[in-house]
Amino acid sequence: MPRHSGLQKVMVIGSGPIIIGQAAEFDYAGTQACRALKEEGLEVVLVNSNPATIMTDANIADHVYIEPLTPEFVARIIRKEKPDGLLPTLGGQVGLNIAVELAEQGVLEAESVRLLGTALTSIKRAEDRELFKAMMQEIAEPVPESTIVSDLESALAFAKKIGYPLIVRPAYTLGGTGGGIAYNDEELKATTIKGLKYSIINQVLIERSVAGWKEIEYEVMRDSADNCITVCNMENLDPVGIHTGDSIVVAPSQTLNDKEYQLLRSASLKIIRALGIEGGCNVQYALDPYSEKYYVIEVNPRVSRSSALASKATGYPIAKVATKIAIGYQLDEIPNAVTLKTPACFEPTLDYVVVKFPRWPFDKFSFADRILGTQMKATGEVMAIDRTFEAALLKAIRSLEIGLHGLELPHLQELSLEKIKERLHDAHDERLFVLAEALRRGITIDEIQAITKIDIFFLDKLYNIVQMEQQLQQGENPVVLQEAKRLGFADRTIAAVRKTADEDIARLRKEQGLKPVYKMVDTCAAEFEATTPYYYSTYESEDEVTPTTDRKVLVLGSGPIRIGQGVEFDYCSVHSVWALREMGIESIIINNNPETVSTDFDTSDRLYFEPLTPEDVLNIIEKEQPEGVIVQFGGQTAINLAGPLAKTGVKILGTAVEDIDAAEDRERFDQLLTTLNIPRPAGATVTNAADAVAAAERVGYPVVVRPSYVLGGRAMEIVYNSDDLRYYMETAVQASPDHPVLVDKYMEGKEVEVDAISDGTGVLIPGIMEHIERAGVHSGDSIAVYPPRTLSPATIDTLVDYTERIARELKVKGLINIQYVIYEDQVYVLEVNPRSSRTVPYLSKITGIPMVNIATRICLGETLEKQGYKGGLMPDIHFTAIKVPVFSFAKLLKVDVSLGPEMKSTGEVMGLDTNYSFALYKALLGAGMQIPEKGTVLATIADKDKEEALHILRGFADLGFTLYGTGGTAQYLDKNGLPVKRVAKIDEASPNLLDAIKGGEVQLVINTITKGKEPQRDGFKIRRATVEHSIPCLTSLDTAREMLGVLQTLRQQPHYQLKSLQEYLREGGR
Amino acid sequence: MDGYLLLEDGSVYKGKIVGAADRTRGEVVFNTGMTGYQEIMTDPSYRGQIVVMTYPLIGNYGINSEDVESYQPHVQGFVAREFCREPQNWRCEQTVDTYLREKGITGLVGVDTRALTRHLRQQGVMKGIITAEEPAATRAAAWQWTPRDLVREVAVPQPQYFAGEGQHVVLVDCGVKENILRSLRKRGCAVTVVPPWTTAEEILASKPDGVLLSNGPGDPEDLGYLAATVGRLLGKVVIFGICLGHQVLGIALGGKTYKLKFGHRGVNHPVKDLETGRVYITSQNHGYAIDAQSLPATAEVTQLNLNDHTVEGIKHKTLPVFAVQYHPEASPGPDDAAFLFDRFIALMQQERGHKQCQKRAI
Repeated sequence: MPRHSGLQKVMVIGSGPIIIGQAAEFDYAGTQACRALKEEGLEVVLVNSNPATIMTDANIADHVYIEPLTPEFVARIIRKEKPDGLLPTLGGQVGLNIAVELAEQGVLEAESVRLLGTALTSIKRAEDRELFKAMMQEIAEPVPESTIVSDLESALAFAKKIGYPLIVRPAYTLGGTGGGIAYNDEELKATTIKGLKYSIINQVLIERSVAGWKEIEYEVMRDSADNCITVCNMENLDPVGIHTGDSIVVAPSQTLNDKEYQLLRSASLKIIRALGIEGGCNVQYALDPYSEKYYVIEVNPRVSRSSALASKATGYPIAKVATKIAIGYQLDEIPNAVTLKTPACFEPTLDYVVVKFPRWPFDKFSFADRILGTQMKATGEVMAIDRTFEAALLKAIRSLEIGLHGLELPHLQELSLEKIKERLHDAHDERLFVLAEALRRGITIDEIQAITKIDIFFLDKLYNIVQMEQQLQQGENPVVLQEAKRLGFADRTIAAVRKTADEDIARLRKEQGLKPVYKMVDTCAAEFEATTPYYYSTYESEDEVTPTTDRKVLVLGSGPIRIGQGVEFDYCSVHSVWALREMGIESIIINNNPETVSTDFDTSDRLYFEPLTPEDVLNIIEKEQPEGVIVQFGGQTAINLAGPLAKTGVKILGTAVEDIDAAEDRERFDQLLTTLNIPRPAGATVTNAADAVAAAERVGYPVVVRPSYVLGGRAMEIVYNSDDLRYYMETAVQASPDHPVLVDKYMEGKEVEVDAISDGTGVLIPGIMEHIERAGVHSGDSIAVYPPRTLSPATIDTLVDYTERIARELKVKGLINIQYVIYEDQVYVLEVNPRSSRTVPYLSKITGIPMVNIATRICLGETLEKQGYKGGLMPDIHFTAIKVPVFSFAKLLKVDVSLGPEMKSTGEVMGLDTNYSFALYKALLGAGMQIPEKGTVLATIADKDKEEALHILRGFADLGFTLYGTGGTAQYLDKNGLPVKRVAKIDEASPNLLDAIKGGEVQLVINTITKGKEPQRDGFKIRRATVEHSIPCLTSLDTAREMLGVLQTLRQQPHYQLKSLQEYLREGGR
Repeated sequence: MDGYLLLEDGSVYKGKIVGAADRTRGEVVFNTGMTGYQEIMTDPSYRGQIVVMTYPLIGNYGINSEDVESYQPHVQGFVAREFCREPQNWRCEQTVDTYLREKGITGLVGVDTRALTRHLRQQGVMKGIITAEEPAATRAAAWQWTPRDLVREVAVPQPQYFAGEGQHVVLVDCGVKENILRSLRKRGCAVTVVPPWTTAEEILASKPDGVLLSNGPGDPEDLGYLAATVGRLLGKVVIFGICLGHQVLGIALGGKTYKLKFGHRGVNHPVKDLETGRVYITSQNHGYAIDAQSLPATAEVTQLNLNDHTVEGIKHKTLPVFAVQYHPEASPGPDDAAFLFDRFIALMQQERGHKQCQKRAI
């Protein structure tokens, strides 16, 4: 059946900001969807609040709305744009929920909008626990038996009926406290009693536990003619019990025989048919390792993280095909984009192994609970492809950028055998390395299997790697070296085992003629000729990839999504590739993140799915011989490769490596600023506590301290006195001559950020962004406003002058990002990044200046002038764009939500309006904040902030808010004539302030931190309680003041703009 | 031990010999299934062939005594990138390596199977030899081998009867996969398995409700005698052909077959049912196909392969006679087309009804 008739305009809902559990995969899916729709000549309306995405580019959809993803806003956009169809299944859970709500509210019907793809009833059948269970029973597909009980007797009766083990989950507690697994009556009694106590409504859910079973997923597609295919199946290395997003996943399944494979495939087809899904769906199973018994654990009636992975693992573009199906096409009418000759109606077959490895944020959140379970904690993931499992796994580890190159985690060597055994029992982020260490220490595979339930197949593969490490220790042997490379060992790993330099191994390898060959991901295991330029390396005989003789440039990607390096760098890499294409230059990209647009096989002319390490990158350069490499768009990942690549003679396009160093090396940078006569906060580099205290006393407290060798604000703190400074020097960092610590004067001023493009002489500044939070809060966690509102013309002139001079002095060719602080009307430089920054997508979008395109052309030798830009600061736009950070605190227990110099946000949203307060309102709403229009504000304010807070709290009181305060705060407010109710502190008797939060009495918390970062247990508990009850908690008075402004404006004239990005640029631009 | 796969065009693929160490030779073909190696090794249609698995990790779940498609493995040689040394599955009994050694089959691992597959795709399937000798040592004489009657090697020598409550099917065994037999018996059929040289009269004498022409190895044009038998059965009994049986039926109807460049071997081939518009993902193993143009007006093409548009199904326009090129019994592979056995049974029921009506009318 061809396309549905009468379809002209289709709305796509995106997934909003990046949070844990919902990352860049939906940018990839949404971008593919929009392109697939436009290919059909359809007009596309896109709604997404996330400005860092490619899908929100003005050229991806015809009407891009960067608005909060709430049913109200989407409904308004529908009323304005009047689309004929709505595609709800490509924007993750967020997009799906909104579509369901709009359908239920009758908005879709009233506006004659057709829900494309999957029907509402299907969505609900998959999403509603009870409906799902009923449907599975109808089609005789097993789901784990479960019941809800409110007394012990019923729990025991259930256990008698279905047996052990059982999972006990208290209803309505957050973070799963009070639950557990019971293996017998005694344990069931204990957990049920505890669970009932923890549950607010005195209920526990009891379910059959299939922990330890194999976890298998299938990606299934179905069209309106009921044709079904499975695109891919995947097996989790970690058995059931760990969220699949936190599991190491292998594609295809490795330990299933054909009977088992087909058993679950047939079940998947039965399920997608019963649900009536038209498009893609993901089915997760638990399979008993000792029988053919299985349970259906979960069904996602939409494109998901797993489907993005499956797309990259197979080359089959699930989102694109799902979109075509949604608008009416049948699978056999859609061509296979990889072979071009065969249709999309087939099942991909792989002739390689794919390993996905999660990237966790525990390097940033040292206090976070690192135990993995049913709540996903990873922010991103990497994928690796090779012809052996071992090599794919080792490539994945190299791709993670966690400082490891093999299966060895150094600090585990110090643990005793008992300790290692003990650590095997917990599933945590380091478990894979613990497994390897256990094998090294001689713990048997069987013993490890008994503890971890990980399949022996996988454990033996790890053992094979460990055995190879041991073989390598026995000295040089060409046969062993070849075998090690085939198993995916990095030169660096081999060098570490042999205690020699990486270069020696590289040389030895080359002398032996050992170099990787490249093979193609073609969906069909070479059965048909394919044209996709999607490659991976392996150590085998035939290299099937022939480089062209055209002009070509290599663009380095940014690897996994992590805090501090998100989807924005993928945006930059992709735009750089597109710019090269425009220039007629062949583009080659290297990246390893399966969630992204950059790793879509038709983004660049050639895609190498490989780790971003010097060895892996150099091998590709040697093969492709590009005229140069662009490193400035792939975040710190790519910048870090500039030095090692340049050292071997590779040409770095854009800013030269020595100039990058001049910006990143503290001493050289200080010299440069001195030469330019540009001030920066006074400071010093120290290597011990005594020097640190001396330095701090010289510049005056408070000071900002951080290790010089890590970037992105890691372990960065503001310290107020010498005691805290000593404590920091002793605990947080191990300072040494090799690892110095920077001590800088902390200037509590206004922070300003500038992104500029330079060709070495001219400097173009698309815009200046002003932060709402004063310096001291990481720029990535600050609310940024463009155009700036409070800067004087003189300050702006200074900022422009400094930016131009720094860019020229550093001979920047391409992008540069500078952070400034304005303190007592003086402009100081805080930091210079000679690369693209987090704000580039945001600024590019709202100013309409294609920053990455211009910068890429500069890298290739074009000047600003030639591109038609004069340089200097561009005039401001006539609307306001505000970027607000988004956090994933609800997913990470034991993490403090207070803002500081260390970045904590996982994503961002943007608010646009001609009115500043409305733009901020939209951005806060888009960030998921429950903005209270009335109710109670609970204030616990540090002494140093009390005076400033008074004005803000008075504002809230004037708007009719009730004020609660703890001891000192209440007293202060009372003394200053504000009506306030004193609430007891946590250590005081109930009812105290925690009870007030839990009881729903409080709608907003303003809590400023007393001193430094030393864990203030009360403050910490208050802040965590707000996260768990979804109450906004403001830890900066700057944010509180702006929130007040928003509330005041909303009272006056509550109607805001609803314009597409294209309309803003047309009307409000310059 | 180092070993080599030598191809008749002179190309050499190096690996390590596993399983039995003897030199072996056969037609080199590739299979793209990611699971089902045991079913593949025991499928009689692979008689005389060296099978290259495109999925690199083979043997992960070992070998068991249940997932066999015949009384013994039939592949002439088995080539993979890697054999699993520590297979893991609750039904696993031994490794692929020991199984091959036990059964006297030579395997070659460590081969760049993707390179080999690409070569076969581009040049077509060809003869090959697996040997531990240095390539130069293999004499030209090694390449001289006389054609074998592969069907005779694998067909049941004597009729065998399997009792059942339902319709009686005569299964003409050219190298039948066990799962065809299981699929019939699961549906209650009584089955008489007969050798392909059984005459039409003998077949009809056993009063079958239907005849199933099985899969099997080799070139269908070599089975002229069977095509003639089938010709005599037309109009007298319901006929269902699978794979080689499909090709033989095509010839019996007056059509011709031809050899495909590299065949279809795998479990992911999309086939479109022209009568319903539906697409099935099918399990396939064949090197020959029916030439659609050669079919007479009495026959029609019912199904097409979506990848290369070759004939995947035919039927007689008026008689209860149909066939498919792929394997509805799956094993290995998806069971999307298992309903064809139900269709066969329904046809037999329908015909029996007709006959009874006719009898009564007389």
